[in-house]
Amino acid sequence: MNNTYYGKLIFELSKEGRCGYSLPENQFNDHSISELPENLLRQEPPALPQVDELTVVRHYTNMSNNNFGVDTGFYPLGSCTMKYNPKINEEICSLPAFSNLHPLQQIDTVQGALEVYYNLQHSLAEISGLSEFTLNPYAGAHGELTGLMVMRSYHASRGDDKRTKVIVPDSAHGTNPASAAVCGLEVVVVKSRPDGTVDVDDLRPLLNDTIAGMMMTNPNTLGIFEHNIAEIAKLVHDCGGLMYYDGANLNPMLGKCRPGDLGFDIMHINLHKTFSTPHGGGGPGSGPVGVRAGLEQFLPNPRVKRTENDGWYQYSIESTDTALGSISSFLGNFSVIMRAYTYILTLGRENLAQVGPLATLNANYIKESLKDCYELPLQGVCKHEFVFNGLKDKSTGVTTLDVAKRLLDYGFHAPTIYFPLLFHEAMMIEPTENESKETLDEFIGVMKAIAAEAASDPELVKSAPHHTPVRRLDDTKAALKQIVTYAELTQSEL
Amino acid sequence: MSKILDGLFYSESHEYVKVEGEFGYIGITDYAQHELGNVVYVDMPEVDDEVEAGAEFGAVESVKAASDLNSPVSGTVVEVNEALEDEPGLVNKDPYANWIIKVQLSDDDELKGLMDAEAYKTFIGE
Repeated sequence: MNNTYYGKLIFELSKEGRCGYSLPENQFNDHSISELPENLLRQEPPALPQVDELTVVRHYTNMSNNNFGVDTGFYPLGSCTMKYNPKINEEICSLPAFSNLHPLQQIDTVQGALEVYYNLQHSLAEISGLSEFTLNPYAGAHGELTGLMVMRSYHASRGDDKRTKVIVPDSAHGTNPASAAVCGLEVVVVKSRPDGTVDVDDLRPLLNDTIAGMMMTNPNTLGIFEHNIAEIAKLVHDCGGLMYYDGANLNPMLGKCRPGDLGFDIMHINLHKTFSTPHGGGGPGSGPVGVRAGLEQFLPNPRVKRTENDGWYQYSIESTDTALGSISSFLGNFSVIMRAYTYILTLGRENLAQVGPLATLNANYIKESLKDCYELPLQGVCKHEFVFNGLKDKSTGVTTLDVAKRLLDYGFHAPTIYFPLLFHEAMMIEPTENESKETLDEFIGVMKAIAAEAASDPELVKSAPHHTPVRRLDDTKAALKQIVTYAELTQSEL
Repeated sequence: MSKILDGLFYSESHEYVKVEGEFGYIGITDYAQHELGNVVYVDMPEVDDEVEAGAEFGAVESVKAASDLNSPVSGTVVEVNEALEDEPGLVNKDPYANWIIKVQLSDDDELKGLMDAEAYKTFIGE
């Protein structure tokens, strides 16, 4: 139960003259601030909250109790692979020998860290069936941009400057067209067939010598495996384009299928999805990019290399002229890389191969258990996730948004809603491999209870949530009247 | 049940064009505004920009999604509905009164490729 006093904004807890910390004496007095231009000098001290330490601790502890995470409960957020982040990951990356490293340290004093980096590059190459990886990108979208820059560099290196378009399916993650646009490429959309897979007949006429490549997620955002992938890859390759694999949905592939074997040339992996590193709040994430043999020279600088000398390995950090240049400071988010490497070693080859099948089993179990209450637009076996098109009974007026809000009352995180755009009331559920049958059964029971409530008492669902720290928020007002500072809050007529 | 006005021309991507002489008023249908939910931003072209039938000319952003606006007809933009800059929600209130752009039509024949009210009603399954 949260305390209402300490749950206020930190500014509202402020009392003039109160203090919880003594700043050390200023040792830089001889650097006179009068050397700074007048217009850059602050006229008044900043309006910081004046609070004692205990108030600060209670305020933030109360606030953290309002948070919901994988450690609090089931989090079936489709396309996000909200798997559990094992605590051993934290333990290993917190070891002082790793956490106290400085990126500018002498190279011979960081050989262990570079070994981790090098080994993870090679584990990911083995897992994905590609030749080489860079771990430098900071996030999935950053990885996408890096991968597309590799694609452009490849075409540029052949003097082929006509290829300015990228094909993206209409079911794609929004990041795909966004990354292509940021990379200066034009997006061409290919349609899906009624079964949710890419329409090969719609693809054929789009292919010509202006196509740089095609971006795909497999399984796609509907949780359906693109069974025509070999034919699609051949068509794209025949027209001179490259195949890009969006690794957001890599989880169900683990142990069963490798993007490299399906004909993909470039891909990114979201370590914070498939390899159990933390999500959200800036993460920090990590989006390693891999390429097939023949494209390694385009990966960004710097790279970690290994040489063997009298039976000893020596690691070095190298940069080359053929590379993209740098896309990050130093070698990316090392602590995230450390966590993912720990996860891979903890599971080992055999157990890692169980991840995909178990994630697939869990998703299918929920789907089959709920398809009598929720509309299932695409029948058949799904992979790690699936999409319902709202409640089966549309006559109650209860929408996907209402169901998602009502789930919060029962202590579950909502699924991804209104994505993909192919269905108007989309509700995208991804349980991951971590959940026990008991948790899945509880979720199924609650989803059925909500469907029953929608029929018997629709207002209850439409006005949900009822038991959360805040009731239903006004999304429209939040988008139109953004209040981002305390000063704006006190000035606004809320 | 969505509101569909007789005498307007409709596209498969849920825009309408209301023709008055050599001009066409382009907006989104009642069905489209309902599916989008509360509109929070309308991205519009500028006066004198050329629009092309079937090509994107702007976007509507709602609390649910951002969606491209495709022009049902070709022509030159002669006016944009500036009221939508401050109050994008007008599109939800009455999408037919609150058109998005006014275009000088360059090819009347294009109208033949669009749906009438009856055909659009069937198209959206109502």
